Amino acid sequence: MSARDVVITGIGLVSSLGEGTEQHWQQLTLDQPKPILDRDRFAPYTIHPLPQLDWGLQIPKRSDQRQMETWQRLGTYAAGLALDDAGIKGDEALCATMDLIVAAGGGERDVEVDTSILEQSQTSSDTGVLLNERLTTDLRPTLFLAQLSNLLAGNISIVHKVTGSSRTFMGEEGAGVSAIETAAARIRAGQSTHALVGAAFQTEHPDMLLGYELGGYLNRGDWASVWDRSGAQGGGIVSGSGGAFLVLESREHAQARGRKIYATLGRVAAAGAAPDEAQIAHMLAELDLSGPHLAISGATGVEAITRAERSALDKAGLIARGFTNLTGHLKEAQFPFAVALAALAVSHGAAPSPTEPSEAPFSGTLDMAVATSFGYRRYGGVAALGRA
Amino acid sequence: MTSTVDHLGRPIVAVTGLGVVTSLGVGKADNWAALTAGKSGIHPITRFPTDHLRTTISGMVDFLPSSGKGNSALTEELAATAAEEAIAQAGLGKDFGGPLFLASPPIEMEWPDRFALYKGDETEEGYARLLSVARARNDRSLFESSQFGHIADALSARFGTRGLPITLSTACASGATAIQLGVEAIRRGESDRALAIGADGSASAEALIRFSLLSALSTHNDAPEKASRPFSRDRDGFVLAEGGAALVLESLESARARGAKVLGILQGCGERADDFHRTRSKPDASPAIAAVKAALEDAGLGIDGIDYVNAHGTSTPENDKMEHLSLSTVFGERIKSIPVSSNKSMIGHTLSAAGAVEAVFSFLTMQEGVLPPTINYDQPDPAIDLDVVPNVKRNADVGAILSNSFGFGGQNACLALAREPN
Repeated sequence: MSARDVVITGIGLVSSLGEGTEQHWQQLTLDQPKPILDRDRFAPYTIHPLPQLDWGLQIPKRSDQRQMETWQRLGTYAAGLALDDAGIKGDEALCATMDLIVAAGGGERDVEVDTSILEQSQTSSDTGVLLNERLTTDLRPTLFLAQLSNLLAGNISIVHKVTGSSRTFMGEEGAGVSAIETAAARIRAGQSTHALVGAAFQTEHPDMLLGYELGGYLNRGDWASVWDRSGAQGGGIVSGSGGAFLVLESREHAQARGRKIYATLGRVAAAGAAPDEAQIAHMLAELDLSGPHLAISGATGVEAITRAERSALDKAGLIARGFTNLTGHLKEAQFPFAVALAALAVSHGAAPSPTEPSEAPFSGTLDMAVATSFGYRRYGGVAALGRA
Repeated sequence: MTSTVDHLGRPIVAVTGLGVVTSLGVGKADNWAALTAGKSGIHPITRFPTDHLRTTISGMVDFLPSSGKGNSALTEELAATAAEEAIAQAGLGKDFGGPLFLASPPIEMEWPDRFALYKGDETEEGYARLLSVARARNDRSLFESSQFGHIADALSARFGTRGLPITLSTACASGATAIQLGVEAIRRGESDRALAIGADGSASAEALIRFSLLSALSTHNDAPEKASRPFSRDRDGFVLAEGGAALVLESLESARARGAKVLGILQGCGERADDFHRTRSKPDASPAIAAVKAALEDAGLGIDGIDYVNAHGTSTPENDKMEHLSLSTVFGERIKSIPVSSNKSMIGHTLSAAGAVEAVFSFLTMQEGVLPPTINYDQPDPAIDLDVVPNVKRNADVGAILSNSFGFGGQNACLALAREPN
């Protein structure tokens, strides 16, 4: 134990399972947790939709809500939950010195404008001129700000007054890994005392589905477990809307505030490029695990990487929980979500229920949990969460 | 030989390689010659039609093989071209061996690709058609061009950087943030060296229109080379531009141990977020002031320690006013004797690349002892009392520089750069 250990003191979660740590833990520990699915709205694709949220609870000003689309609202909302949970919300001094790292993709485009331009392009002799004419008249000026990657962080600064620093990392699942790895490394080195880190993903928009489907990554047809999507149609991903933010602090900083600690964030190991099973095994070995442990896995369902991860987990004696079965794939938020659930499990000293029959039951007390996320195309990371 | 740790006992971060591409050309030599001659790279847009557009000029990079082939391809080429130059100067080989921090623009599938997909079928409409054609085609190159992590992955493979490369955006401060992340990693002792790149090849019709709708762009279309007028009374917006820059950052100890030529020191970094507004700065400029102060403090420098300011100087009415307020607040009366010039008067605003491009030019400024001018300074703004190095370069002995970057979303990042300690 050291004063500069990185500890988790706040968790903000939103997914199809609900919002907040309690609702999530309750859903995850049901005898047979069930995914909440919407098979119709984006057929042939199935998605895990957002729950009902009252944005005003975390974004009090309607004018702020209007400046954002759902992705930014969702992230700002989840960030607010984490700040509340850590007892930092509204504490001007703590917020003004708090570091912020957000993992982000882009925001939502205007489907109506896009669709109408696409339709008109079929009869246009000069699509370049058409584009200029339509975009200059039809685009809402402020929509750009709802689309900019760094403006989720910008909105968090505006709404929650977190202003110590603001960095946005991009790059699908890997961005979520880097965000947590960097925030933790800065705290460990004394470059930062407390940080808000996380991401959100809003899948209920056709352009967000297109980001996967350009590479044929989405699943079609009946839902199946991430561990068993090889027989399903399509590329293996069933996406979801959700967000996960964490408050990371140095142990010293958290103790001085007298805050409850969920878990200690230990080593984080990250992979560049696209890791194979041997590299995953090597990363797990870097975590210095001993004894049987739980792995809160962000496995995507994309066949090769999911099989490699499961095999490496099994060989390392890690009992897997593929939470993506219940939340859907949350892209940039995948690793922060995994770390959040692993921290929750450690703080409860218990494992979530199996999400499907191939996941073994976990018996005994839980002292340590591993969080994983390996990207559908590239990158990945693992982290060890230990007792407070 | 002096110490290799700084005033706080941290490893001093040296710069051993620099590379740059802007609308003025490829490489340090061409860029520096143009920049010190007061030459502008701003020109009429030819990449796409300009009918119906309020702004028809830019500082696009139109001379690379990937120019006009989309954001992802051009950004990657700008980054790779700059990195080649920087790594060669540093005398490092194919296997860079340290982490990569890439500042690059957000990625979206672009209109020509959307139109092409839409032509692929007639059975469905709107996005349903895009999705079914995308699925049927499974075009890997189009897919990769839509992935935020792709460019850094390609660069990492090409240059042999280590670990999971970080791609980041802090809007117009991104280039400075990439450098800051590299400095922090070296100070933490994670690596002896880091590659920091800022690149932006995202100038498309849609990008231009988005900024135009926010009234951020200059509409001085008649004389493109005179459109960017930082600190002038008649400035009316920034000029959208492209570019790329790379810096090899290295602990001073490691640089000296391998006998590398030290080009300068990354002495301090400061940042602060603004919670006031999505595009406007707090009226009292307090976040920018705090970022400048944080950079000086991190560098262990007082206000007398800075000899020149490489301004963010976008040429928007708002930025230049706010930047002046922040500098005059931090430096007080002394600001009148510190030259402050804006590279953007010549190269326009290279957005995600700007912080890195301007850091490279700042190191050249120290190395050559020449201040690049702020061109187009014909009508001084009486409210901005600064020595902007008007219109003509100036010889000066410069030991330390403050380089400012401010961006949408309340991003403020400042770097303090210095010569190698004797």
